[in-house]
Formats: sequence, structure tokens, C-alpha cells
Amino acid sequence: MPTKDEVYEKIKVALTDALGVDEEDIKPEATLVGDLGAESIDFLDMVFRLEKAFDIKIPRNELFPEDVLTDQKYVQDGRVTDLGVAELRKRMSFANLDDFAKNPVVQDFANVLTVADMCRFVESKVQVTG
Amino acid sequence: MRWFWIDRFLEFESGRYAKAIKCVSLAEDYLHDHFPQYPIFPSSLIIEGLAQTGGLLVCEHNQFTEKVILAKLPKVQFFCHARPGDTLTYTATIEYQSAEGAAVSATSHIGDRLQAQAEIVFAHLNAPWLGTFFSPEAFLAMMRVFGAYRVGRAADGSPLTPPARLCKAACNGHYQPGANSPEGTEP
Repeated sequence: MPTKDEVYEKIKVALTDALGVDEEDIKPEATLVGDLGAESIDFLDMVFRLEKAFDIKIPRNELFPEDVLTDQKYVQDGRVTDLGVAELRKRMSFANLDDFAKNPVVQDFANVLTVADMCRFVESKVQVTG
Repeated sequence: MRWFWIDRFLEFESGRYAKAIKCVSLAEDYLHDHFPQYPIFPSSLIIEGLAQTGGLLVCEHNQFTEKVILAKLPKVQFFCHARPGDTLTYTATIEYQSAEGAAVSATSHIGDRLQAQAEIVFAHLNAPWLGTFFSPEAFLAMMRVFGAYRVGRAADGSPLTPPARLCKAACNGHYQPGANSPEGTEP
């Protein structure tokens, strides 16, 4: 059973290898896309590395619910509707969506996830101590 | 020119690893432009060869049911040039595979010397337009012409054989089974 620090260290390694960034650039508040330069295909690589490092399964759309963002039920005129934001909050309890909810432009959603969100996501999948 | 960047498989173990060779020959046109009087096998084509070795390994493991695309090269290092007369030995090992794709580690050696190494991420795509690029008979033809079924082993150690679905599709299409098998020994 890993500690929170061990989870953080493993995530740092995964992000360093997947994104080719320096370890010192990886801070809890760093956004994956804006600060660390992650592109869409990097999410697949990150998911592989997290699944392997923590021996977990991450089903498609669990970390990054693209299905919500492409569903007309939840998106209108390039913006996520209130219903969509509620769905995202329900699906992404590990992420802080308060800022995004103030101006929920679909294009901006990619920049929501931070390193701390990744840690909380993994912690929700593995039992942590400490 | 055909887009074949390996010459044949030496070993092929389903779901685990594959080893293939590429013989670099001065008869290949592009070497006279890359570079005039100083022929070097392009590094991009070494990556393609590694990707073909690993990509077919991934394709075969999922019985050619997925459309496997080279998505990303998280890391590539080259340690020396490859020149005419060199035989490159490519080894690809599946490090991780899921419903979404696969991660493969790959090396290129000239003799015992490590020439290049790479991490390759493949994605499974379901875009309809990809269908025309991924015909079952084309996969079967590549596997045969590279000799995968001559040297390949299934996970249980038995000889590697193509999926019946693939053979059936090939028989119904343009590809003639056995046409690319010089020895005529392949299934």
C-alpha cells in the first residue's frame, strides 16, 4: 500500500518520461497541458504508464471524459452546459472544476487537469496510507 | 519502392517480442541523395523499421482486429550511423498492452553494437476512413512476406498461424495465399 508521497513520486516519473519535461517542472499546481505541454496523444502514454506503475486499470474517458465534451446533450455553442458541468463534476471528483465552471469553454477544458488532480485520481484507484 | 522497412523476421513470439533484420544496400536509390558521396541510412527509416517490427507484433497479438497506429515516440536515441553493407537487427518487446493501444521498447543493433533504441506508443483507432488502409489481406501479405509464419511461435510455443478470418478475407480478395512465400512452406 503506497503512501501519498510514493504516489506523487511515481507520478513524477511517469510524467517526466511521458512528457519529456524536467523533474523540477513538475509541481502539484502545474497544469498538464498549459505548464507541462501535454498533447492529446500524451494522455494515452500517461495512462499506460500509470496503469503499469500502479497496477490499475483506467477505462477510456475516466481520466479525461472526452465523451461528455463531444455530447450535444452537454455542449452548446462550444460551451459546456450546466448539465454538462454537473456531469463532469460527478465523473471527475478528483479535479477542481470551479474555475472552469465560471467560463466553461470546451476548448479550455484540456487545461483543467493538474499534477495534483492526477495524484488524487490515482489515490482514488489505489489504497494509500499516510 | 515498397514501404517495407524490414526484410524479414528472425524471431516472432506472439504477444512478447519480435526480431527482424534490415539489410542496407547501396542499390537503394535514396541512399544516393542521403547523402551524395556519403550514404547513410536515414534515421527516420530506422524508426519506421522498428515501428513495423513492433506494430505487426501488436497487430498479431490482437489477431489483427484493431487498427494499430504509431502514435508517439516518447524516446529515441541513435548511437551511430547505419551504412550500406550493414545489417540492422531490430528487436521489439511489448512492454504494455491494453484495449487502447500498446507501448513497445525497441532496439537496433549492428552486430553486437547498439545502434539505436526507442520507446514506441501505438494507439488503436477506429476511424472508419482507416478501413481502406487496413485490409486483412494486406496484413497477411506483410506477415507472410516478412516470414513471420516461418519463424513465429504462439504464446504456448506452437507454430504461429494466421487467424482463420484473415485467411478467409485474403482468399476472397486480391491477395493470393502463398504468392509471397518463396519456399511455399507457409500456412
